[in-house]
Amino acid sequence: MKTAERQFTTISGVPIEPLYEPDPQLEPPPPPGEFPYTRGIHRDMYRGKLWTMRQFSGFATPEETNRRYHYLLAQGQTGLSVAFDLPTLMGYDADHALSEGEVGKCGASVSSLEDMEILFQGIPLGDVTVSMTINSPASVLWAMYLAVAEKQGVERVRLSGTLQNDILKEYIAQKEYIFPPRPSMRLVTDTIEFGARHTPRFNPISISGYHIREAGSTAVQELAFTLRDGIEYVDWAIERGLAVDEFAPRLSFFFNAHSDFFEEIAKYRAARKIWAQVMRERYGSRNERSAKLRFHAQTAGCSLTWQQPYNNVVRTTLQALAAVLGGAQSLHTNSLDEAYALPGEHAVTLALRTQQVLAYESGVANTPDPLGGSYFLEKLTLQTEEAANDYIRRIDAMGGMIAAIDAGFPQTEIAGASYRYQREVESGERTIVGVNRFQSADQPIELLQIDEASARHQEKKLAALRERRDNGQVRQALAALERAAQGTDNTMPFLLDAVRAYATLGEICDSLRSVFGVYQETAHL
Amino acid sequence: MTRPIRVLVAKPGLDGHDRGAKVIARALRDAGMEVIYTGLRQTPEMIVHAALQEDVQVIGLSILSGAHNAIVPRVLELLREQDMGDVKVVVGGIIPDEDAEALKRQGVAAVFQPGASLDSIVSFIRSAVPVEL
Repeated sequence: MKTAERQFTTISGVPIEPLYEPDPQLEPPPPPGEFPYTRGIHRDMYRGKLWTMRQFSGFATPEETNRRYHYLLAQGQTGLSVAFDLPTLMGYDADHALSEGEVGKCGASVSSLEDMEILFQGIPLGDVTVSMTINSPASVLWAMYLAVAEKQGVERVRLSGTLQNDILKEYIAQKEYIFPPRPSMRLVTDTIEFGARHTPRFNPISISGYHIREAGSTAVQELAFTLRDGIEYVDWAIERGLAVDEFAPRLSFFFNAHSDFFEEIAKYRAARKIWAQVMRERYGSRNERSAKLRFHAQTAGCSLTWQQPYNNVVRTTLQALAAVLGGAQSLHTNSLDEAYALPGEHAVTLALRTQQVLAYESGVANTPDPLGGSYFLEKLTLQTEEAANDYIRRIDAMGGMIAAIDAGFPQTEIAGASYRYQREVESGERTIVGVNRFQSADQPIELLQIDEASARHQEKKLAALRERRDNGQVRQALAALERAAQGTDNTMPFLLDAVRAYATLGEICDSLRSVFGVYQETAHL
Repeated sequence: MTRPIRVLVAKPGLDGHDRGAKVIARALRDAGMEVIYTGLRQTPEMIVHAALQEDVQVIGLSILSGAHNAIVPRVLELLREQDMGDVKVVVGGIIPDEDAEALKRQGVAAVFQPGASLDSIVSFIRSAVPVEL
């Protein structure tokens, strides 16, 4: 193929100057730990505490995933992160007709409290922090988690972890929604309110740009849409009657760690700065913990290639380094085989070792924001901040994020960016090593296979559960939940009662569907 | 004048990751084809019904979740039942080599794995569909 003329732009298309020099107009940011936290939220950063190494993991049955968790903890992983399968994400039980072929394929299958009990068997929830990637039915799965903690005898105040629970980015990017936006936002607000009152160490939401970026957005779009989503959640919680500093310290964020090294670091620094200003100026927050943006980072799944899969280890290492230099609080590194399948044990171990090498051998964790003061990075941080604030103002002018989603605005912006990028790859303007340049024959790698036995196992367990439980109690709990959903009560206590009675995820979501309806999107090409 | 090739781009299963489907739909449209995009979570029945209504020559299925072995054979079976065996079915997504071979043996015209170029997909469809005057 022809080699196109080299373009000096970031992967998102931002032009890069031939040289960056001292700019007297550009004021250097305050030290780490000081407002607006551009250089990091702590004065000592990783000297005080390393980031949490948290590998997103889940496959097949809860029994098999539980074994993987014990393995990862034994390998030195410091937190858990649960991946659920598609039926669970969409609020269907494993034995639903639409679950056929999908059970356990993209994560662990969890249809009831019984499955959640198995998932965390032998894992003390008072000591291990757990992140759960679940969105539309997040409050249901969180209720199951809280019920498992009760059974383990762990007090709620000791529970620490994160619920993803970010429904807005589902309408924008990942498309795993069940209910329409407004009732969904009510459920999210219920969890934020419940968390503020009962689980002071648990993050009830992880406001996520990761999936926006995976859907093909630019770095600036990822940043702007995520922070504008954050503003939307804050508005709803305040509308509910909470004071900003009651819940904002527990809002957490989740960003992509993509391939353009400096652009990513600039993105994380700009994120902290914008959020701190939003908290102080837009909401009058006086608690510095509200203003400190904490984030998890995951390396970019969409950057992994099917061709020459070992190159993915190198990509992931550089992306993880960007996240660390950008001041992430926790990190997931993708495994080399993830362009094909969920990771096998060998691959996931190598991904974890990548983080350990960065943390313990590379020296990059020895001082906070080691790139601070770089002429280039400081300029790029400022440009990123300005471009993101432009988008935020446009969405404000539309009447907020739900209005923007209704109008298809973020969806169309992302689709445009994604198509432009693909065209650049196609024309050779963008090089992807091993795909459109430097091709060679692939070495086959060993892959994790998930067969239909998981589905049959889950179906059998569900049938036995429906037989064994007190079905009268289940019906009562679901009826009470429906009444709560029709009114304005916080739904969390009703969800807790329903899961304790072993109502299944599908039954609970059906009850909520009957009240809230289901969402159908208009496709924006 | 020749009639443009009509393609139904469909996203079956529970997965919502539609980046690929949308990029392909735009690329086929830019190549002069008439593209109907079904949107998300289409059952095989809905897809074949739409293909019949829209009188398409090609169905493109985008599947990333690993559910292809449950979904694709069902689409092929329904097409045969409807006497629509001449509609070309192409599949794109995360399809392991051995599954791709098996799907082709069952009647899938082509499987495009990650990294396949838009150009190769356009060219394949052009070559696979007989020209209608």
